[in-house]
Amino acid sequence: MKFAVVVFPGSNCDHDAYHAVSKNLGEKAHFLWHKDTSIPDGIDCVILPGGFSYGDYLRCGAIARFSPLMKEVVNFASKGGYVIGICNGFQILTESGLLPGALLRNQNLSFICKDTFLKTINTKSVFTSNLEIEKILRIPIAHGEGNFFAEDDVIKKLEDDDRIAFKYCNEVGEIVESSNPNGSVKNIAGILNANGNVLGMMPHPERYSDSILGCNDGLGIFESILNNLK
Amino acid sequence: MKLAEHLYSEVEVSLETAIECGLTENEYKLITDFLGRTPTYTEIGIYGVMWSEHCSYKNSIKLLKTLPRSGPRLLVGAGEENAGLVDIGDGYAICFKIESHNHPSAIEPFQGAATGVGGILRDIFSMGARPIAALNSLRFGNLDSDRIKFLLRGVVAGISHYGNCFGVPTVAGEIYFDDCYHDNPLINAMAVGIVKVGATATASATGLGNPVFIVGSSTGRDGIHGASLLASREFDEKTEDMRPTVQVGDPFAEKLLLEATLELIKADVVVGVQDMGAAGICCSTSEMSAKGESGMSVDLDKVPLRESDMSAYEIMLSESQERMLFIIAQGKEDEAIRICKKWDVPITQIGNITDDGLLKIYRNGKQVCELISDHLVLGGGAPQNDRDSIIPEYLKETSTFDLSTLSTDLSSEEIFWKILSSPTIASKRWIFEQYDSQVRTNTVTIKGDAAVMRLKELPGKGIAVTTDCNSKYVYLNPYEGAKIAVAEAARNVVCTGAKPVAITNCLNFGNPYDKEVYWQFKEAVRGMGDACRHFDTPVTGGNVSFHNESRNHAIYPTPTIGMLGLIDDISKVVGSGFRNEGDIICLLGNDREEIGGSEYLKQIFGLITGESPILDLNEESRLHKTILTAIDKSLLSSAHDCSEGGIAITLAEKALTSKIFGAEIELQSLNNEYIFGESQSRVIVSLPTDKHYLLEEICNDNTVSIRIIGKVTNSNFTINGLLSTSVEKLYSIYENTIPDLMEGDRIN
Repeated sequence: MKFAVVVFPGSNCDHDAYHAVSKNLGEKAHFLWHKDTSIPDGIDCVILPGGFSYGDYLRCGAIARFSPLMKEVVNFASKGGYVIGICNGFQILTESGLLPGALLRNQNLSFICKDTFLKTINTKSVFTSNLEIEKILRIPIAHGEGNFFAEDDVIKKLEDDDRIAFKYCNEVGEIVESSNPNGSVKNIAGILNANGNVLGMMPHPERYSDSILGCNDGLGIFESILNNLK
Repeated sequence: MKLAEHLYSEVEVSLETAIECGLTENEYKLITDFLGRTPTYTEIGIYGVMWSEHCSYKNSIKLLKTLPRSGPRLLVGAGEENAGLVDIGDGYAICFKIESHNHPSAIEPFQGAATGVGGILRDIFSMGARPIAALNSLRFGNLDSDRIKFLLRGVVAGISHYGNCFGVPTVAGEIYFDDCYHDNPLINAMAVGIVKVGATATASATGLGNPVFIVGSSTGRDGIHGASLLASREFDEKTEDMRPTVQVGDPFAEKLLLEATLELIKADVVVGVQDMGAAGICCSTSEMSAKGESGMSVDLDKVPLRESDMSAYEIMLSESQERMLFIIAQGKEDEAIRICKKWDVPITQIGNITDDGLLKIYRNGKQVCELISDHLVLGGGAPQNDRDSIIPEYLKETSTFDLSTLSTDLSSEEIFWKILSSPTIASKRWIFEQYDSQVRTNTVTIKGDAAVMRLKELPGKGIAVTTDCNSKYVYLNPYEGAKIAVAEAARNVVCTGAKPVAITNCLNFGNPYDKEVYWQFKEAVRGMGDACRHFDTPVTGGNVSFHNESRNHAIYPTPTIGMLGLIDDISKVVGSGFRNEGDIICLLGNDREEIGGSEYLKQIFGLITGESPILDLNEESRLHKTILTAIDKSLLSSAHDCSEGGIAITLAEKALTSKIFGAEIELQSLNNEYIFGESQSRVIVSLPTDKHYLLEEICNDNTVSIRIIGKVTNSNFTINGLLSTSVEKLYSIYENTIPDLMEGDRIN
């Protein structure tokens, strides 16, 4: 399959995502430039990587959504193409309306980089179906604005439609206050769109896709996408 | 050579003007004698910054030249380029350097620290290397003070803001709290990059007629006199007024500048490039033309400005961030412009290379400067002074202090908890979790004695990097203390399995005109030189920061070492924490029981006194060989340098890093001198019992003593006769010290 990693000015996890899907997963990968006005044929999954697109000025992701390529990403998603937004990519997805809610400043007002534990809530999505059921994933976060917020009715709808992909939990899988790193509503770490082809998540699966770095729990997410295309 | 005589000067220059620019009377005389005329206002400003301590190294360079600065691995000599360059084999080189941003951070901690990070990153990528790691070395006063909390919060947020946004992982650092840094914190930032051998850029301006471009942000009034007046004098009541001399950083602009710079260098359009840090356009134009033995003619009217009415003086001295000076090959200008446009980075031609050795500057159509570039720079006409030195008075008292007279009512257990919960020893999680330590996915571990990075370019290989300096030792004995700083940094990388190969240094001292301070400096350089020669770790470059004092009170001399180690097989790397239940724990090294300058003396008696521990270079390198051989043979589960807090604290840290394992320890002595002493050249390791005899053989081969002191358990942390506690309690005290101090005063 073919992945495409979008490079915005200020993206800094673009090469990490590229490395994860090309070297660790062993699939084809391309970079797409934010000024591009089309997505080449044959791309199966677009990755919006982490970083500080446009310096995160104004508001995280608020400027990136107006870049020429984002229009194409929205089209791509509406036609059923897979899109995964990681960290800043998740922020861009909420800003561009592909996902509901918003990412507010972390509750402690500081940037946080550390390992978190994730419980997979929707285990059947294209992004999660290959994950071992009940396995608690260890995947790191690195953000200043990852505090997921949405109105009660939006949260209810996400729950009713099984669109919550991941929640922060503790090492043994309990979803508790102390395992919530940033104040996200109901410990939400990642969500899906209504059609299930767009995933946004704050933790960085590309960072733990290589066992030399101590953990490869993140690779399962990319493997799921691959498996669903086979 | 006859210099032009009738140049425009917006202000008539006199000795007073020169003094306002930071020059001395003697220096002003040297300048007027050399020029044969009165300099213009712009010219005196240029001399002021170029001959400042910060840019000219005028009071340090003679001693720095005594350091070992060459070796088969060094691709450029110290001071020759923007940063040092070490050949790591297989066609790649590591570029690294450390620099101080102490003075700016003391008055504006957030921007001061942020731009310190920005500056050192530019030094790396202006060489054509991609930054792969950032480190720092910080010193603050006592954390009980609200002002120190404010400084710490600001500095950490500044480093976090800049490094995280730029996209470089901040992987290691060290931090000490001591009253001597109350007014004068130290903020030393280090960066490490990787580049293909032969693909680097040079900071030299050559080729008659080649165009000179300014690339990056526009030039504003920020940072004027940052180098000459702020960084080159002590703190006093005027310091607060100097906040406008602190630059303001924009990491997003720097990220784009990085990508544009690397692409320009790769496209082979670049003749030379230098970043604009201290002294801005002044420094880059004069240093590049002096190095290239060319000349440069610059029209300041072309420089993109934030405020259009800036004078030549202001434009030349501005330290606005995220700017580079590029010399582009004639005929390749369009390609250079295309690349910059792609990254939305402004690029503007501001001049040309000449061949007359002169720096000619124009503003509003008038020539405002005509100077010989070489006369401005280090290695050329800039002063190189010998300074008088005298052994400091205080050493009489500290070196003869009778430590045997000390006694305390506290039990060893109480002492243990007191040291463990002091901010210098306690967990720095509150700090390092604010730094992105993983971006670029090369970080193998930040939990060892040094950070370990894999190199994607060279699969299977890696580097270990660390910063180190215990300034209490340097204060008590600058020669031994500096040797220890080098040895401990080397020991730290060795404990991960890396071979130490080169250092960068950041020499933070008081006023060099104070003879006692200068003696400290001289002795520290001598010690550093001896240690670096012994370990074959040459000095690749670095930075000197003098004038770290206030109210006639200097900081402890703090020569921080940034060490680079190479790892041949990344799969063999070990961490510092316990790994397996049942492993035995061994102490490798001596039993000297030295407590001079220890945390024990400081925390329990409030004393910084005695003789510093001694450092036997041969003993140290035998230990390194032992550890490296043992790691290469995969004998060890963990290795941790025995340093501040001695054996007891080192063991606790091994349990704390593991988070789950405890230990059962039996020590040969329960004297406080034994358990909290800080004798050097010792490492505590853990390993499976069946490998002990193999380790013993290696120790015997290298004449290193080895003693089994306990075993790893999965329950309590027990030192027989001293304390028995749960790992949870250990963890809770260790982890909560700094958060409690920092969050305690936060308004919610």
